[in-house]
Amino acid sequence: MGVKLLLDKAHVPGIRSYEVYRREGGYAAVEKALKMSPNDVVEEVKKSGLRGRGGAGFPSGMKWSFLAKPEGVPRYLVCNADESEPGTFKDRYLMEFIPHLLIEGLIVSSYALGSSRTYIYIRGEYAWIPDILEQAIAEANANGWLGKNIMGTGFDCQIYVQRGAGAYICGEETALIESLEGKRGNPRIKPPFPAVKGLYDCPTVVNNVETLAAVVPIMNIGGEAYSKIGVGRSTGTKLISACGNINKPGVYEIDMTISVEEFIYSDEYCGGIANGKKLKACIPGGSSVPILPANLLLKTAKGETRYMNYESLSDGGFATGSMMGSGGFIVLDEDQCVVRHTLSLARFYRHESCGQCSPCREGTGWMEKILHKIEYGKGQMSDIDLLWDIQRRIEGNTICPLGDAAAWPVAAAIRHFRDEFEWHVLNPEESQTRNFGLAHYADPREVVA
Amino acid sequence: MAEEKKLFKVTIDNITVEVEPGTTILNAARMIGGDVTPPAMCYYSKLKGSGGKCRTCLVEVAAGSTADPRPMPKLVASCRTTVMDGMIVKNITSEKVPDARAGVVEFLLLNHPLDCPVCDQAGECHLQDLSFDHGKEGTRYEFKRRTFEKHNLGPYIQLHMTRCILCYRCVYTADQLTEKRAHGVLDRGDHAQIATFIEKNLDSDFIGNVIDVCPVGALTDKTFRFKNRVWFTKPVDAHRNCTKCCGEVQLWMRGDEVFRVTARKDEWGEVKESTKGGTGWICNDCRFDKKSVSDWTIEGPSNVSRHSVISQGHYVGLQKPTETMPAVMGGRQPRLLMDIHSVSEVNPESVELSKINRPAHSSDFNSDKS
Ligand SMILES: Cc1cc2nc3c(=O)[nH]c(=O)nc-3n(C[C@H](O)[C@H](O)[C@H](O)COP(=O)(O)O)c2cc1C
Ligand code: SF4
Ligand code: SF4
Ligand code: FES
Repeated sequence: MGVKLLLDKAHVPGIRSYEVYRREGGYAAVEKALKMSPNDVVEEVKKSGLRGRGGAGFPSGMKWSFLAKPEGVPRYLVCNADESEPGTFKDRYLMEFIPHLLIEGLIVSSYALGSSRTYIYIRGEYAWIPDILEQAIAEANANGWLGKNIMGTGFDCQIYVQRGAGAYICGEETALIESLEGKRGNPRIKPPFPAVKGLYDCPTVVNNVETLAAVVPIMNIGGEAYSKIGVGRSTGTKLISACGNINKPGVYEIDMTISVEEFIYSDEYCGGIANGKKLKACIPGGSSVPILPANLLLKTAKGETRYMNYESLSDGGFATGSMMGSGGFIVLDEDQCVVRHTLSLARFYRHESCGQCSPCREGTGWMEKILHKIEYGKGQMSDIDLLWDIQRRIEGNTICPLGDAAAWPVAAAIRHFRDEFEWHVLNPEESQTRNFGLAHYADPREVVA
Repeated sequence: MAEEKKLFKVTIDNITVEVEPGTTILNAARMIGGDVTPPAMCYYSKLKGSGGKCRTCLVEVAAGSTADPRPMPKLVASCRTTVMDGMIVKNITSEKVPDARAGVVEFLLLNHPLDCPVCDQAGECHLQDLSFDHGKEGTRYEFKRRTFEKHNLGPYIQLHMTRCILCYRCVYTADQLTEKRAHGVLDRGDHAQIATFIEKNLDSDFIGNVIDVCPVGALTDKTFRFKNRVWFTKPVDAHRNCTKCCGEVQLWMRGDEVFRVTARKDEWGEVKESTKGGTGWICNDCRFDKKSVSDWTIEGPSNVSRHSVISQGHYVGLQKPTETMPAVMGGRQPRLLMDIHSVSEVNPESVELSKINRPAHSSDFNSDKS
């Protein structure tokens, strides 16, 4: 049983309520932090080695220390709860079952950054969660953890919940800020970065829900101790939302020392592939990261065991590796069609592109149309090369990373599953009635019945 | 405190200029001019916040600055990237830029209707220029091109959404020149469109300027619609006393007839500074209602400096684009862009074909070898 820092109390009956949360040791992190100087809190987070859980994995303490602090200008902390990446649903779990953990993390972080008005920007489709959060905020207010002069320190703080309207792009931090300001959710052109000019043109930090919640255990056990959990630069624990053809889909908290194989097959986590099928492929970090075939997922190209952490998952770069991303772990069994799967991702990115820059606006739609053609038995061999060419010209040439996120899954699917695309083209009729199956990237493991 | 203003040195395609800190790469390149200047479809120096969207102006930064000479990992939008001292930029000399730019042109044309024969913008369209300079023949797109429901923007402005490249210039124009913006971008991605949310006329005093900023034929002048082709009309500078705007315009005339009135444009296709200071935006009265020669004091034929088809006519004071190729190529005069003479066995540099007073024979080249 691995260490649990975030979800250890999530199943205590009544933990959603303030009384139970407090009885279980809640708000100790606020008590501790507010006795320290804000800079010391930032130092603690730096020491912890915590990396952003929103996708990019940028060291959080470093991000905090970049925040500009001009005199007389407010600073803002914004919690990114837009979680719209297909396959990722860990933040929802955390907010729904243990909302006070996020609120507590927000208070500590607001104190560290000097934010007196802190916002939670939450995905519109999470329709029932704002009520849960607002209830928790009201309880925190009633018990003196929020409001004016918290714990007599002179620090004022209020937290507001803002609902999004259902656009994936509003999870990109600058689009989120635009949306929060009441504008169209178009990503801004950077620089300036939010740390200098963010919400209402003031210095702003945008952090993921899980990142901010992790600040609580960091305060409680100390940055030093936190950094000892995990391995290398992958410190602490990580929430993984596992879905697809596995026996036990759900949200798991792991310390980042376990292997991918253990995560998929052990009963503590995914419990193996459902229905006695074999593993074909997996997207280990949410829909934007490269898909990996079974052989490269369980072992790196060098033949070493692959682990569930930032470094190991990206071992081999995009040629033979993937990314930790946002922790959305999507498993595909032998019956799944990679072409169809890639088409559905392409459709998502086409639909969610904000349309500001031409490569993403036009390229995403074009890729979807070509994939549609191949999937429905009308493709040609040249279409595969054309797809490659399109994704290549989107990647790196756009305003925000959504363009890359649309290009990578297509690139990875062609890179690792080209034979399956070709089979679709060569067998237009057969491909309408059956799937390609496993081929050479077969699951190296025996099927355990 | 008379502090000496430090200028930044930036080298673009082997040509070095000194610019004020805060200048963008694109504007530094415009100071050099000619082929070194990246094309810009969305940036508009007179519109705050514009640029960064079309990605035609992507360039390679081979060295960030003297202090940090590392190259930038990705191509950057030159219209939104400011120069640093000692920066080295590659535009036409880059190996990556032409490919990326050809990609962007392909993307921009992907859903474009290519209806130039019936488009009023033809001849002064920046997308035509761009595809001519950087595009490829033919298309690899085999699907039905995107269409939109028609929106009526009132008596003055014609919207053809199928031609729009979503540069957002008209949106910034309405934001910055009118009291209240009545149109904008609806929806997102490849289904995004310019529209008024509820069908509405655009009738604010300065809204006509969206026609001048639109790089393509998506927003055109209804009072000029299908009346003539721009290359048959002759641009003439004229002015009148106007209480609303600077009153300095270009009349597009044929004989004594005024077909169209626009603001005056510079060599980048942008509305010029007015002689009275500020940008020479013009009001709707001047643009749409003053269509008689007697409304205007004619100054004389306009200086045409853009390399559009208009400049193919014989105009007084035609300004040719700056020639930068010799400088880019380190002083060599280009014969062909790709200098085959330096690599060719049969056509060596020492033989000046233009000096031979008759057709060249093989002996002309061989004699050099003996
Ligand atoms: C298209 C797109 C969507 C994103 N969606 C989310 C999201 O839903 N939640 C999130 O935390 N970060 C999202 N991000 C990442 C954010 O831009 C930002 O990096 C993150 O919130 C930073 O938080 P962290 O440092 O705590 O990871 C998205 C990025 C992109 C480009
Ligand atoms: S990459 Fe896509 S989503 Fe991002 S700004 Fe450009 S068009 Fe919008
Ligand atoms: S209508 Fe013209 S100016 Fe407006 S966004 Fe489209 S192309 Fe740009
Ligand atoms: S002009 Fe620079 S991106 Fe359009």
